[in-house]
Amino acid sequence: MSKKFIGGLLLAILVGLAFYYQAIKGEDVVIDDGVTKVGFIYIGPIGDMGWSYEHDKARLAVEAEFGDQVETTYVESVPESQDAERVITELAQDHDLIFTTSFGYMNPTLKVAEAFPNVKFEHATGYKRNDNTSIYSARFYEGRHLIGLIAGGMTKTNTIGYIASFPIPEVVRGINAAYLAAISVNPTVEFKVIWLNTWFDPGKEADAAKALIDQGADVIMQHTDSPAAMTVAEQEGVYAFGQASDMIAYGPNAQLTSIIDNWAPYYILRTKDIIDGTWKSTDTWGGIDSGMVELAKISDKVPTVIKNLVEQANEGIVNGTLHPFTGPINKQDGSVWLVEGEVASDGDLLGMAFYVEGIDGMLPN
Amino acid sequence: MDLFEAVFHGIIIASTPLVFAAIGELVVEKSGVLNLGVEGMMIIGAVCSFVVTIETGSYVYGVIAAIISGSIAASLFGFVTQYFLSNQVASGLSLTIFGLGMAALIGQSYTGLSLTEFPELNILTLNNIPILNNILFSYDYLVYVSIFLVFAVYYFLNKSKFGLILKAVGDNHDAAYSLGYSVKRIRFFAILFGGACAGLGGCYLSLVQTPFWVENMTSGRGWIALVIVVFSVWRPLWILVGAYIFGGITIIQLHIQGIGINIESQYLSMLPYIVTIFVLVFISTNKRRLTNNSPACLNKIFNADL
Repeated sequence: MSKKFIGGLLLAILVGLAFYYQAIKGEDVVIDDGVTKVGFIYIGPIGDMGWSYEHDKARLAVEAEFGDQVETTYVESVPESQDAERVITELAQDHDLIFTTSFGYMNPTLKVAEAFPNVKFEHATGYKRNDNTSIYSARFYEGRHLIGLIAGGMTKTNTIGYIASFPIPEVVRGINAAYLAAISVNPTVEFKVIWLNTWFDPGKEADAAKALIDQGADVIMQHTDSPAAMTVAEQEGVYAFGQASDMIAYGPNAQLTSIIDNWAPYYILRTKDIIDGTWKSTDTWGGIDSGMVELAKISDKVPTVIKNLVEQANEGIVNGTLHPFTGPINKQDGSVWLVEGEVASDGDLLGMAFYVEGIDGMLPN
Repeated sequence: MDLFEAVFHGIIIASTPLVFAAIGELVVEKSGVLNLGVEGMMIIGAVCSFVVTIETGSYVYGVIAAIISGSIAASLFGFVTQYFLSNQVASGLSLTIFGLGMAALIGQSYTGLSLTEFPELNILTLNNIPILNNILFSYDYLVYVSIFLVFAVYYFLNKSKFGLILKAVGDNHDAAYSLGYSVKRIRFFAILFGGACAGLGGCYLSLVQTPFWVENMTSGRGWIALVIVVFSVWRPLWILVGAYIFGGITIIQLHIQGIGINIESQYLSMLPYIVTIFVLVFISTNKRRLTNNSPACLNKIFNADL
């Protein structure tokens, strides 16, 4: 009987340790008025070296900016399910501002926001908002345009592999932007797209990268969160682009550049609004000009001609003379989307659910 | 390498972590213990092998570290379930949660590092038959270890005295105990073996397949390994079949998409799971095969004092 008791005790300790660890990973918040409390929810672990990693870097920037005025909490690896609603509700109990940083948190965020009208919410990459929920995203397609130019110029096999996550407008827009840019420098270029239906599964991402390389791709782009594809590209001696974060450590020879998400300026701005009491529900879509989208250093392997091209396009995007989606552009089925000179509206871009003409394969619904 | 060889190669690589983890769990379950902590032991094996390989520069030490760390994680489970008689399901689940957290802690300062290519086995080369060479002899040695391990377990369980004792413990622990066998000790060693195998499966991910370390990198492979054990109806050689089918469908669906065949990718992602459910349903129609092979004392606590 005593053995059973000790067994139970040990089990309790084991479980307790596990929960304790989970708890200390997010710093505990002491309830203390006068301090602004900001919560963050991440889809992946902060060590994913990609999407969630960059959001957490921005969280640390908020802490560094405001010091003792602000306390931050984060919860990582929250699935886009009932769990998300539970975690957001928990944070809403004692936080002033909550950033929910994945597309799938959209409905849970709004639901909790209605129940907690005094708490302010910020949802990344969604399209629904209300009085106490702002939405924000970055015009990653501008970055995709730039890496598309590089990819088109660098491919020898004229085959570019694209590892896609979920068929949502954000991801589809990235594929279309990269493709249009790539064919503008290399009309024979072909895109192979593999959908993984996950944001984060390093093993599967690596398998997909290998499959694409085996099928002749010599430049790999990804819209998933881990550096697995970069590592495979490095081993197989092909080129790749980092996603969300600079992945040069994983592909010193393979990485041509990375699209870097820089959320810090926005998070600092919104936290300041809370401190000043001037927070309003807004819809922000920042691009290269706002600093939200950055490129890592372009590899020395990229010839100057292409570098100049990227430089020009970058300037054009910043000063507004170039839009990556400028007509004439047809949809995949051949129907006209944009006529000569027409620029895509933000509404069109936000709801994009079709491939542009020239991309093979079927877009999943 | 042409496409066929590449697909074949990809399947073997994607399946090997599953082979390791599943064959270990099979032995554990054959002894009558259900350890749901496979995911936790895998991730601990993945991080420890990666850290040791980075620190020592030797893959051999890395693989040894995976075996040792997986066993240590398993021994936690072994102590609480065998000697302190705690509930196996709850202990296994907490081992998974514990393992994921612990691995994140251990690996904190090792994100951002990557390894050179794992050495391939080049002893048996048949240069005059390049296709066979690419299909059969172009892997790292861990692939051969995993296949060898499956056959070794088959031999052990069916042909050796110790294997029969282990199965007896799993089928009727009271009878085995009355014959003088130490049920707890035998189960404890089976659990250690399961942990070592899960650790190997994890190290295959972090040293060969990806190869780097990020948190949560096992992404549910431990659970798939548990499914494969049921899929095999606790028969060792069927572990190979189950793991390769699972890995095979995963890889083939990636290639189908790359080639541009028009099938909704969600269906393709679902396919491995659909096949598994289908097989599970098919298996349970054959009561006899199920009762003959499944360990009767699975997940039952053995109470007698040593």
